[in-house]
Amino acid sequence: MATGDVALGNAEPTPGTKDDLSARKPVINDFSIQVATVNGSGSQSANSVLLRSIFGMGIPVSGKNLFPSNIAGLPTWYTIRASKDGYVARKKEIDIVVAMNGETAKEDILSLPAGAVAIYETSLDLQQYRSDVVCYPVPFDKLTAAVCPEAKLRKLVKNMIYVGVVAKIISLDMKAVETALRRQFAKKQKAADLNWAAVEAGYNYAAESLPKQDPFVLERMHATEGKIIIDGNAAAALGALFAGVTVVTWYPITPSSSVVEQLIDYLKRYRVEPDGKATFAVVQAEDELAAVGMVLGAGWAGARSMTATSGPGISLMAEFAGLGYFAELPGVIFDIQRVGPSTGLPTRTAQSDLLSIAYLSHGDTKHVMLLPGSVKECYEFAIAAFDLTERLQTPVFVVSDLDLGMNNWMSEPFEYPEKPLDRGKVLNAEDLTRLDGFARYKDVDGDAIPYRTLPGTDHPKASYFTRGSGHNEKALYTERPDDYQNLMERLNRKFETARTLVPHPIVVQDGKSKIGIIAFGTSDFAVIEGRDQLRKEYGVETDYLRVRAFPFTREVHDFVASHDRVYIVEQNRDAQLLSLLKLDLPAEDIVKLRSIRHFNGLPMDALSLTDEFVLQEGI
Amino acid sequence: MATTTAPNPKVNRLGLQVLDYRGGKTTLCAGCGHNAISERIIDALYEMGVQPERLMKLSGIGCSSKSPAYFLSRAHSFNSVHGRMPSVATGALLANKTMKALGVSGDGDTASIGVGQFIHLMRRNLPLIYIIEDNGVYGLTKGQFSATADLGSKLKTGVINDLPAIDTCALAIQLGATFVGRSFSGDKKQLLAMLKAAIAHKGTVMLDVISPCVTFNDHEGSTKSYKYMQEHEEAITEVGFVPHFEDIAVDYDAGTTYDVQMHDGSHLRLRKLRDDYNPNDRASAVKQLMEAHEKGEVLTGVFYLDTEKPSFTDMLNLVDQPLGTLPESRTRPSKQVLQEIMSKLQ
Ligand SMILES: Cc1ncc(C[n+]2csc(CCOP(=O)(O)OP(=O)(O)O)c2C)c(N)n1
Ligand code: SF4
Ligand SMILES: [Mg+2]
Repeated sequence: MATGDVALGNAEPTPGTKDDLSARKPVINDFSIQVATVNGSGSQSANSVLLRSIFGMGIPVSGKNLFPSNIAGLPTWYTIRASKDGYVARKKEIDIVVAMNGETAKEDILSLPAGAVAIYETSLDLQQYRSDVVCYPVPFDKLTAAVCPEAKLRKLVKNMIYVGVVAKIISLDMKAVETALRRQFAKKQKAADLNWAAVEAGYNYAAESLPKQDPFVLERMHATEGKIIIDGNAAAALGALFAGVTVVTWYPITPSSSVVEQLIDYLKRYRVEPDGKATFAVVQAEDELAAVGMVLGAGWAGARSMTATSGPGISLMAEFAGLGYFAELPGVIFDIQRVGPSTGLPTRTAQSDLLSIAYLSHGDTKHVMLLPGSVKECYEFAIAAFDLTERLQTPVFVVSDLDLGMNNWMSEPFEYPEKPLDRGKVLNAEDLTRLDGFARYKDVDGDAIPYRTLPGTDHPKASYFTRGSGHNEKALYTERPDDYQNLMERLNRKFETARTLVPHPIVVQDGKSKIGIIAFGTSDFAVIEGRDQLRKEYGVETDYLRVRAFPFTREVHDFVASHDRVYIVEQNRDAQLLSLLKLDLPAEDIVKLRSIRHFNGLPMDALSLTDEFVLQEGI
Repeated sequence: MATTTAPNPKVNRLGLQVLDYRGGKTTLCAGCGHNAISERIIDALYEMGVQPERLMKLSGIGCSSKSPAYFLSRAHSFNSVHGRMPSVATGALLANKTMKALGVSGDGDTASIGVGQFIHLMRRNLPLIYIIEDNGVYGLTKGQFSATADLGSKLKTGVINDLPAIDTCALAIQLGATFVGRSFSGDKKQLLAMLKAAIAHKGTVMLDVISPCVTFNDHEGSTKSYKYMQEHEEAITEVGFVPHFEDIAVDYDAGTTYDVQMHDGSHLRLRKLRDDYNPNDRASAVKQLMEAHEKGEVLTGVFYLDTEKPSFTDMLNLVDQPLGTLPESRTRPSKQVLQEIMSKLQ
């Protein structure tokens, strides 16, 4: 298949000859490379060296790992996109394929657009399938054997040969490659030397035997200076670290595991005191019910607590989520979305948990969601989530996805939080003496957020009874109609308070266009590129609002109100963001909403968006 | 008032009265075994001089799980969801390991919906006193069989249980709980002594307390009725408990007692009723439980005790202060740390 969507349509190769190809104008710093390998073949280091060397040449770059739910043996693809314009969405067409997987090699070359490049093991003889693709056969096995006498390492080292071949073909700066490689094998000098020899062997082979026939080249830029490369899950983990998380629970599930795995590394390094004692606790729970139960128990007793999961875990957390809402307990839950329903496509990306989280649990329940759209926001929203959950005394969900969480992204460095931790409304023993007690669920300040005490507060009036059953302002059991209704109305008002505290959307609006686009999370990358395409290719101007939280803030309403048509762009089948908006908007605005959805498990690309937009606009 | 092993003063060592350990008025049925257990919990906490504010009481859902509302109003309480109290208690203790914690569950709450969390709680040896108020039925949902109902026992409706019972004590012993016992809600003396010893223990205490449901399971044919228990209860050990702050000599025949030193220095004195009983031997404990089942007897006493195994919070090597209230200076790393991390990512 390969993961260019072209394959999905089974495109027939377009006719053409190699002469047409080599006469083309150079394409500089604007193409994509796809490495097709087998899961478990250890190509990750090679791919990350490629990514980092392009980054090292100052060229904006992004990488995506499209992998199967499997430990070893199934096909996997890694795509790298260099984009002088800084576009980081998935590019629909693949320009260069490195076909390292014999099983998929034929499909991989068949799925290329005309004029693309294929690099492959000579013996695969792929040129027979396409006369309109530039073919670079490479005797990988022979080259590997020459640099790597140890047979059992050859499978790994072979990957570095393609790094060298690609480097030569696209004019990658070998200094940048070496820096990236030495960084990759920082503490392993021998491995670094061996791999570097393989890169050089690939490079030299290409220099001697593969005269350049394609237009794709890199040229040094200065667009990545000062930038970092990080995946969204590591960024979220860093956010939790700097939010002062103290209790972390989890049950492993792709694509969320690396949030906690990376957090554990950070905690061990930065949160163990000189006497060797930890200022944190991490528990691998028996399931997600227990994971979230621990989070809420810890939140109740004063800890900054969190768990990370994905769709199936969210489903299991439903009952506790309702308890957290109703009994007003803090706790942060990261959902790194993957494709559902059920087990779905566990290693593919989607934005399809929005509705289930918004109303997770039975009864009238609703939850605060933060929707990061970049690695920097994964970090910042993790910090915000801990402040918000303690301020609002309700679970807060940070809803990321596999694309953001598990892929490497360029970013501005993260900033140290300016504000101190907001621990919310907690009364201590002196407060209780001064106030002569308190009513746990009373709205004292008019913001519908009550005061709480923590277990262990040394005062005879500190305690209260936390329950998921009906309770009055004093936390006593009640089934009185007015008590219940008052409580539910206060919780609703508290949600209105949340509306004023959550991150505001990012709005790009110049008042000239009557057409708006609303998206969230990783759809942002396709929208940014898509709006440029619409402007350049169709002369259509659009305004854009990126939602960053639920409940929606005032700006979202205003944005819809001030446009004639608003396209809601998202990565799910059921138009989940649009559905949530419908519940929030006045009737006259609902009719303006249109839907653009992408849900095939691959990250959304700009072309899919613009094609659908153009179709619906009738352009 | 309860019969106790120690004199019952008007105030305890903290100067608090029994009144300070009371809770709200019970809404359970009159005569429900659960009420008697609440009374013993009050006595034990009072006599042991536990500061009410230093205790967290947690529960799941069921008649039994309601009972934390009926004792110790001055302690923080958390009535969670059905079968999931262990996870909530785990989180709470991680946030504040300096607290005492007592969990109340039912046989439905533990052995059916909550059996998964129960199992992992026992494995972790969380410092929690976990009490199952065991009546063999779902009281709150009006009398369906639970998984601790004995094979062949009969419901009021005439339905006969044809599945084997889960022995929560045998399970707990096998899973690594460090204090496992069974008592009967009507046995004031034994239950009080066990609870007091439980308070002194540092790991997981698992007490299965047979607690007849007078409304749905206290008739002929029920093996968890008062009548059945009175006829079939066989104490494996007679438990005496000597808190370390009370300097009293206990008059036991040296040849027939087994002294166990608890974490706080106090002693649990088991009076051996059987010559072959050794509370440090898991295998024989489980064997005796199985044999009693076969004979239709209900064995009570402390079956297993291990005062050496580190508790879950000890194993995590946490700082001394509660995690929940650590100041920002100890939980948010410095700006330099962020800069160091950022430069590595460049
Ligand atoms: C998820 C869920 N399922 C079912 C129930 C209904 N329910 C409430 S209490 C209970 C059984 C309680 O039995 P047990 O733990 O033995 O307590 P008892 O009332 O006998 O003391 C059930 C099934 C519930 N509250 N939650
Ligand atoms: S129904 Fe049974 S368990 Fe529930 S309160 Fe009444 S006697 Fe107790
Ligand atoms: Mg029961």
